Amino acid sequence: MKRQVESAIEKFILLNGIACIFFVILIFLFLAREGLALFKTFSPLDFLAGTRWYPISTPPRYGILPLFLGSLIVTLGATVISVPLGMACAIFIGEIAPRWLREILKAGVELLAAIPSIVIGFIGMVTLAPWVKHLFHLPTGLTALSGSITLAFMAVPTIVSIMEDAITAVPKSYRAGSLALGATHWQTIYRVVLPAASSGIVAAVMLGIGRVIGETMAVMMITGNAAVMPTTILEPVRTMTATIAAEMGETVQGSEHYFALFAIGLVLFVITFLINMTADIFLHRKRK
Amino acid sequence: MKNRILAILSVIMSLSLIFGGVSEAAEEVSGSIQIKGSDTMVNLGQSWAEEFMNLHPDASIAVTGGGSGTGIASIINGTCDIAQCSRAMKEEELNAAKSKGRPVREIEVGIDALAVIVNPANPVSQLTIEQLSGIFTGTITNWKQVGGEDKPILILSRERNSGTHVYFLEHVLRRGNEKGPEEYSPKALMMPSSQAIVEEVAQSVSAIGYVGMGYVTGKEKKIAIGIAPEGPFVLPSIDTALDKTYPIARALLMYVPETHSGLVDTFLDFVLSDQGQEIVQQMDFVPLRKKA
Repeated sequence: MKRQVESAIEKFILLNGIACIFFVILIFLFLAREGLALFKTFSPLDFLAGTRWYPISTPPRYGILPLFLGSLIVTLGATVISVPLGMACAIFIGEIAPRWLREILKAGVELLAAIPSIVIGFIGMVTLAPWVKHLFHLPTGLTALSGSITLAFMAVPTIVSIMEDAITAVPKSYRAGSLALGATHWQTIYRVVLPAASSGIVAAVMLGIGRVIGETMAVMMITGNAAVMPTTILEPVRTMTATIAAEMGETVQGSEHYFALFAIGLVLFVITFLINMTADIFLHRKRK
Repeated sequence: MKNRILAILSVIMSLSLIFGGVSEAAEEVSGSIQIKGSDTMVNLGQSWAEEFMNLHPDASIAVTGGGSGTGIASIINGTCDIAQCSRAMKEEELNAAKSKGRPVREIEVGIDALAVIVNPANPVSQLTIEQLSGIFTGTITNWKQVGGEDKPILILSRERNSGTHVYFLEHVLRRGNEKGPEEYSPKALMMPSSQAIVEEVAQSVSAIGYVGMGYVTGKEKKIAIGIAPEGPFVLPSIDTALDKTYPIARALLMYVPETHSGLVDTFLDFVLSDQGQEIVQQMDFVPLRKKA
């Protein structure tokens, strides 16, 4: 009896595990089917390298290069801001802060992750955008930079919690050895602990980037959504995610525009898949 | 534990029986209508729905926005009963509806005058349609080219799912030639709502945008618009929209499938009645006929 229950539970868990992978595959197949349908009528080269996104003109133009670069510039900006911030925060929490402060900080960082992105976007729109506008004397504060700063705040919790895990996972004996050899606390951190935790740190950065590139609501509110080829970070940009969100509702199912949005989704999926895979490879290297 | 789950289940089931019973024993004007579409019209639709539900407590009407394109897509896909549109459906869209087995009928329910707005600190107060076309397509890039200060122009537009976006494109950028080659400048900011345009214009001295007349507050300046360079330049108002001297006023439309419920008919009658048109005026739009 007990054995039967046991094996039933095991099968149930196995089924759940397989279901997750199964759903990912189904989603990918659906995305691929709907996205690739665009290329029956529209050249893939014009799609990937076209510089004009005018989906409702006649003839329509579905060049996603400005959207891709828009996503890229916002993501790069967010990475440049969030990685040093997150890394410093993780080192402080993991290595320097006293126990009581560590608990407060960890709870605080997790709370930051709990703020809905639309709330962060809204706050960014009313407080950050006017500030960026005045600081750089721009005609508008709805720029890639505002988007980067907003998204950096969303990436920080991911980066801090994974990085902090990696840092605390470094064996105590490493630190003890380093200190015993006469290294200072700081030397121990950056010569011993950080290199030992490096794969986890890279994974944290990658997952933070993955979080940023898929974010939609906040960027839609704060980046101005102009589909220009971006030249500086102080210009409005339109990201791939915002384009899908803004245009999905209006498209007729089965139309070219609808397929084009799915094709953008496919590009996004491939990008985040590659990023997560890289992160995974680094995480597994650590375990060996 | 098991008993408790059973108890909860039986409560849920008996509740659903009670409420299911209520909805079946309803009166003549009952049922529900899903209205979707134009963001410009969403508040107007909401007011109609509230007033209508006061008159017919058993009817329930849900109004959502998303843009005219959203409404049209969902009437074609069969996911709403009425689409509110601030632009007419295109030939392709009408055909798409037909080929999906849901041909639609168009009803004009009001008029909206589009206001072109700038920051009050901007000295420019009148523009021709041709100048507007130049500004929004990106051939005019500095306010000094139209008699203002030496400042770059910040173009604010609605998203592509907005009927206002399409109307403005066809009637201002393309000056009435609907299939013309003009496009919005890629530098134009696509704002998610009319409210966002109004707020950005109130903040930025170099901005120009367009919104339905009802959205304009005291913090923006309406531009007087002329067809010819020598004038006359006309400000948007109910009177100038009704006597058609204001050049960019458009019909507010509703689309319903040819086969629809009796409730939809009752609602449309209400919308077109004097009481319904009174609401149009209260919401700062232009009613179809002037009050007697």
